[in-house]
Amino acid sequence: MTTFTMGAVAYDPKVVTIWDGFRAWLTAAGLPFDYVLYSHYERQVEDLVAGRIDAAWNSPLAWIRARRLAEARDLPIRALVMRDTDRDLATAVVVRADSGITAVGDLRGRTVATGAVDSPQATLLPLEHLRGCGLQPGTDFTVHRFDVGVGLHGDHVGGERDAARALIAGDVDAACVLDGNHLLFTKEGVLPSGSTRLLTTTARYDHCNMTVTGAADPALVARFEELLRSMSYADPAVRGLLDLEGLTSWEEGRTDGYDLLEAAVTASGFYDATGAVTAAGYRP
Amino acid sequence: MNLDLAGLAFDAGGRLLVRKTLAGLPPGSTVTVTGRDPFLTLHLRAWCRSAGHGTSTTPDGGVEVVTGRRDAHRWAQAERAGEPGTVTRRPPGHWGLAARGALLEAGGPDPAYDLSDRDVVWADLAPRLYAQAAASQWNPATAIPWDATFALPADIEAAVVQIMTYLVENEQAALVIPARLLTRVHPHFREVVGLLAVQAADEARHVDVFTRRALHTGGRMGSSSAGGRASLASLLAEPDFTLASFLLSVLGEGTFVHLLTFLDRHAPDPVTRAVTRLARADEARHVAFGVAHLEHQSASDPTMLGRLRAAVERRHDVLIDTAGLNQDVFDALLLLAAGEWTPEALGRGHLAVQRLQEDMDTGRRRHLSRLGFPDDEAAELSALHTRNFM
Repeated sequence: MTTFTMGAVAYDPKVVTIWDGFRAWLTAAGLPFDYVLYSHYERQVEDLVAGRIDAAWNSPLAWIRARRLAEARDLPIRALVMRDTDRDLATAVVVRADSGITAVGDLRGRTVATGAVDSPQATLLPLEHLRGCGLQPGTDFTVHRFDVGVGLHGDHVGGERDAARALIAGDVDAACVLDGNHLLFTKEGVLPSGSTRLLTTTARYDHCNMTVTGAADPALVARFEELLRSMSYADPAVRGLLDLEGLTSWEEGRTDGYDLLEAAVTASGFYDATGAVTAAGYRP
Repeated sequence: MNLDLAGLAFDAGGRLLVRKTLAGLPPGSTVTVTGRDPFLTLHLRAWCRSAGHGTSTTPDGGVEVVTGRRDAHRWAQAERAGEPGTVTRRPPGHWGLAARGALLEAGGPDPAYDLSDRDVVWADLAPRLYAQAAASQWNPATAIPWDATFALPADIEAAVVQIMTYLVENEQAALVIPARLLTRVHPHFREVVGLLAVQAADEARHVDVFTRRALHTGGRMGSSSAGGRASLASLLAEPDFTLASFLLSVLGEGTFVHLLTFLDRHAPDPVTRAVTRLARADEARHVAFGVAHLEHQSASDPTMLGRLRAAVERRHDVLIDTAGLNQDVFDALLLLAAGEWTPEALGRGHLAVQRLQEDMDTGRRRHLSRLGFPDDEAAELSALHTRNFM
């Protein structure tokens, strides 16, 4: 039987533990499953659309590019499943608690720290949100990017953490931080509780999804979906893996949570309409 | 249900209140959380997402939390690792390092402990002996009168040094054996593990104080015979917990208790007296556990006496071509008991060492009888015990 092959990006050594574990579980359940690792999302997406892999565990930005590439080729593409934790995220733009900045408009002429160039949550989405508030990045305010793990689409939290540190150090006037990471940074002491003030928050958006195209065997795709959705947090055999991957359950894939990112990608010129990489200075 | 955090920030203690409120609720319950901290909605929603709870925003700006199944699922197949006060016959490997009686989340490692049968490792006396052992630890720095001044004739000092050198190598073996065994015992039998650990620590202390006494007057260590080391090597080679415990604690250390009593009586200086007296008390405790453990086991295992006998005979056969006790040690014991080089004194010393060996034999036979050996068989087995004493 043909092996169903999934791509995942190796943003952390734990990725091997996670997918080795899932691979064993899925094959024990009868699905001939294997995975390949990529060093960044761009090659993974290109391989998915070229049919070299059957599924891609995609970042939201990788989903946008995959969709554009596939649609330019009339290749059906969809988000098969996503984690429960991929739904309804938000990014905060915060300032120091003692800052004189009290409204978004006060950012005019100031410096805003972001994560890596390709981070949806810490760069693309909050900058698009500020555009929506009437401020053009690079024109109305200076963007200070912290490029850590470029090509990993923000999976590496390092750039975001550096942005938070720069805010506390007084090097920048505001910083863009994912909701969960703001909570994490308060716990770590990077942003001590009470040290920052919430300036504005993006609309809610969705994060990763398991992307498949029409090129994959529909029966295997259906079985893959069925097995992922059947993984129960009550099952000790997978609970540790679900904890590592940061989910309680696999949910149905949905794509209406990517509208803000679509707009951000277009406005920033990150990819063109056919999925070609057009971002200036982006070297994964 | 409503929870008002007032001015308390979620990241400054509010999380605890939310967790406490959600803790006892069945999945699907709703709690509306309100508060004045500007980050409350952002933080609460992010936390709920990772904790498996659903959220929605209420018209007045509060967050409605719908409890998820994550916690219930995590503990769905949990079990207790027995009860704190009850020793289970065969604790499963997956109880592992957890405290006796702890609530175990399912899905942890499943290590294999080859000593996981209560009847093989347990003795009802173990908890009491452990408590006694923990209470009887002594500090070598203060329990020994290292500052006491004394001057011994050179030959007597040399005899002490030789005996200390011999004691050190024996105690090294007595340290390694329980240390090896304890890693194989299921942690459920924590009193047994604790006893073996204290036993190893006791021996480490003995090695230390015997070494310090040997070097106390600035000389060099004495000799180590090949036969003595062969005897100890045969002790280390025994992999069976019961047999190792029998050979080391009952026969070896049982014999050593008499030797240390002898050294205490004939010690020519206060430091030698103190180190042997303190070590003797520790060794007596080790013997007590060994005997209690074997008594416990013999009650449930009718084959045990046969296996003990075979172990003694096997070890005797292995050692039959070795010299036994280091002649230097034997002579040193005699000289210590004599105290001087006169014929009368040496005659007394010889008799004292003879009496020591008789006492050792009597003690071994007493222990063997207690384990169930008939008197004649006990005498026969005692006679087969290594001439190296340990």
